Amino acid sequence: MQWETVVGLEVHVQLSTRSKIFSGASTAFGAEPNTQACEIDVALPGVLPVLNAAAVEKAVRFGLAVGATIERRSVFARKNYFYPDLPKGYQISQYELPIVQGGSVEILLADGVKSIRLTRAHLEEDAGKSLHEDFHGMSGIDLNRAGTPLLEVVSEPEMRGSAEAVVYAKTLHALVRWLGICDGNMQEGSFRMDANVSVRPVGEKPLGTRCEIKNLNSFRFLERAIEFEVARQIGVLQDGGRIRQETRLYDPDRDETRPMRSKEDAHDYRYFPDPDLLPLELAEDFLATIAAQMPELPVAKRERFVNQCALSVYDANLLTASRELADYFEQAAAGASGQLPKLIANWVTGALSARLNDEGIAIERARVSPQQLRGLVERIVDGAISGKTAREVFDAMWAGEGDADSIIERRGLRQISDAGALERIATEVIAANPQQAADYRAGKTKAFNSLVGQVMKATRGQANPQQAADVLRKQLAP
Amino acid sequence: MLESSLVELSAQLAARQCSSVELTQYFLDRIDALNPRLNAVITLDAERSLAGARQADARIAAGQAQPLTGIPLLHKDIFCAQGWRTTCASRMLANFVSPYDAHVIAQFDAAGTVNLGKTNMDEFAMGSSNETSWFGPVRNPWNADFVPGGSSGGSAAAVAARLVPAATGTDTGGSIRQPAAMCGVSGLKPTYGMVSRYGMIAFASSLDQAGPLAKSAHDLALMLNVMTGFDPRDSTSLERPSEDYTRELERPLTGLRIGLPKEFFADGVQADVARAIDAAIAEYRRLGAQTLEVSLPNMALSIPVYYVLAPAEASSNLARYDGVRYGYRAAEFSDLGAMYERTRAEGFGAEVRRRIMIGTYVLSHGYYDAYYIKAQKIRRLIAADFARAFSQCDVILGPTSPTTAFALGSRTADPIEMYLCDIYTIAVNLAGLPGVSIPAGFDAARLPVGLQLIGDYFSEARLLNVAHQYQRVTDWHRCSPPMSQD
Repeated sequence: MQWETVVGLEVHVQLSTRSKIFSGASTAFGAEPNTQACEIDVALPGVLPVLNAAAVEKAVRFGLAVGATIERRSVFARKNYFYPDLPKGYQISQYELPIVQGGSVEILLADGVKSIRLTRAHLEEDAGKSLHEDFHGMSGIDLNRAGTPLLEVVSEPEMRGSAEAVVYAKTLHALVRWLGICDGNMQEGSFRMDANVSVRPVGEKPLGTRCEIKNLNSFRFLERAIEFEVARQIGVLQDGGRIRQETRLYDPDRDETRPMRSKEDAHDYRYFPDPDLLPLELAEDFLATIAAQMPELPVAKRERFVNQCALSVYDANLLTASRELADYFEQAAAGASGQLPKLIANWVTGALSARLNDEGIAIERARVSPQQLRGLVERIVDGAISGKTAREVFDAMWAGEGDADSIIERRGLRQISDAGALERIATEVIAANPQQAADYRAGKTKAFNSLVGQVMKATRGQANPQQAADVLRKQLAP
Repeated sequence: MLESSLVELSAQLAARQCSSVELTQYFLDRIDALNPRLNAVITLDAERSLAGARQADARIAAGQAQPLTGIPLLHKDIFCAQGWRTTCASRMLANFVSPYDAHVIAQFDAAGTVNLGKTNMDEFAMGSSNETSWFGPVRNPWNADFVPGGSSGGSAAAVAARLVPAATGTDTGGSIRQPAAMCGVSGLKPTYGMVSRYGMIAFASSLDQAGPLAKSAHDLALMLNVMTGFDPRDSTSLERPSEDYTRELERPLTGLRIGLPKEFFADGVQADVARAIDAAIAEYRRLGAQTLEVSLPNMALSIPVYYVLAPAEASSNLARYDGVRYGYRAAEFSDLGAMYERTRAEGFGAEVRRRIMIGTYVLSHGYYDAYYIKAQKIRRLIAADFARAFSQCDVILGPTSPTTAFALGSRTADPIEMYLCDIYTIAVNLAGLPGVSIPAGFDAARLPVGLQLIGDYFSEARLLNVAHQYQRVTDWHRCSPPMSQD
């Protein structure tokens, strides 16, 4: 029996607004517990929610980026349940009428592009945190996170396996960072994934019973959890059993999924429209302003890099991993043509990225500016310096010694391409090494390399090696 | 000072005939003397009140007084006041000291009034007789064996007994108007959205509205001037140009069209009540108004609709009272679930628990459409009935309550019997319209009868005008219970 895996993802994206979705308290991560929870977040008697327009704006930006329908009228609903990290005893969310409907995300797989459709995306507030260690049989409740805006992005069950699910998750992650609506910091809980997993025999149309694996906060865990769950479900079905629809948690220490306590499954959330909030009505000019300010999206930028800069799809993909990286490249390659963009791309994805990685800094803090990098690559292309020397110049620029031209000048790194000088030196080297010259004329190519080496030595490495070779060859010709 | 209106007190203060401190002390002494019989006031802080009075006197001396500066007021214990115990008359909040001020409280502060204390009420505003309070029932000043009405029973009784010149209340299904009627004072519920609900402990969010209780329509207008105004912290607060609600008080009533809904004058009205209302109608005709019959055909459904929607919203609004962050927490429990169950079973009274159960039920899967959605649809029909009526008349008139006050304990056995008290007031909240109750006479047992006037949206100034003109030619609103003269 061949089995097909079916996965849909629900991702909770924390929107990077300064204050919470329904109160003015700060959303900054890492504060002392319960220092960023105002009376509204603590759900004192008598408080009321007021919608943060910035959260709406970010949700709309997402909807436009995925080609979704932006609902001109959406409604906030109360999702009622009791838990200590949910101060009001209900979560303000959206139920029947979410702000974003439909849309799709393109993912790049080994065998081509696949479009994953979205069901919807809606706004809601985050709950606080329950901390179980350090409290000896009790739980500590930190409400700093309560009220942080979330955009819950729900995909259709169109991923066929853990690999596709991971690519989708990474693409979505890159997109929300690209749009500037989420910082994507998964350790801080800015991007949390729930995976709905089911299996069915290949060729069958109806979906199998699914289980939901909640709260996965790394791509690695996402992959492992789906793999385990798929194996578990296949095992059950092959033994003649049936899958019980339930919510499960992934335990990374034991690399397995386990059911959550069954109480959580039996929830009737008694959704009803929140009477404290008016229906959200979006004016056309509000939407038009956001649309006008949308950045060029990764897919479009990739295509442009391939078409206009003659980059490979692979390179274009690397450069559009983040908006900051793409911006850097674009600034460095502005107005460049010919082989320049490709070379610049190599330097960005190569030496520059290596340096950033080594020092653990983001590209915004790179110590070589796009303009400086451009200057360096131009000197390589016009032959002023060799590739090897360029490395030295790059390091010097990184160390703050100025830009390429001044470093080349100051350190005397200019390649000698002056034909006359090279001719003279070649003549001298040939005269000083008559044995190698004779060996070369006799057909021993190794001797030639040695002569080139001598020319390089005589010019302290500053001869253009290609030119030096050409000049020698000419002079040695019978 | 006992019978002085807000206007008179304001003039006395301005003329230095008395000080805010004297006034405040005077009413504190009255509360001291009379409250034990009424149980209308549940929290006092004399030191704090007098400090506020001193500040008010300074403002008056500096020529910076506003119309109500220096006047002591009582506030229904549903309004959060910073540093004051705010209980909502529930064990659940018996020791809750609010860290912030409700918008209404802040507005009265800015106007320079003195916070004299917090009044008793039905627990979480759920009740029509002020018998569900954790702090014991309030007694009607006209007869201590009778209820004052609810849920703002404490505020109504306090004004009636002249413990304070005016007070605040809230009205979700009649909770300002009905106790005003039963205690022989004036009380107004404004158009929904005119007064901020921020800091007003929520019962039913789409129905709750704060309003004033006082001895006259003119005084209500002065209170309303302070209470209304846009508050960005309440998303249901309306932004409208500010109004002076006294501006139309003196407008003559010639040509006024008063609609008399036939549903308000059917069976079930106590004979004395009907007589008093008929007399009032005659009075209005003498003042130049015309009357005509109108109909509100879906009126009878207002009680079932209300008792689906209000408990539904309440069941959600009261979920935060769980013993985790503040308020009552059960002393003994074995785990989280038990903590929730015991805290809420012990912290809430029977009527509150009943309404939470009803509300949870009508929102639950399988019943939501049949109950909650159906009730919302009928609510639209009820609002449409009023709209149609207001195309034919300017104000609607009828009894506030089918009966005068009833004996304590006489309706507590059957909740439905209690719910029927609100038959004439509830529809007004469902439609979000403004309504006022003013005294219109007494029954044979010398218990007050209340007359209700209902206006179209934002017609408070006109409504108060119609009430005020009646009070110019009658004396009912000047009557005070015998015990207030003690």
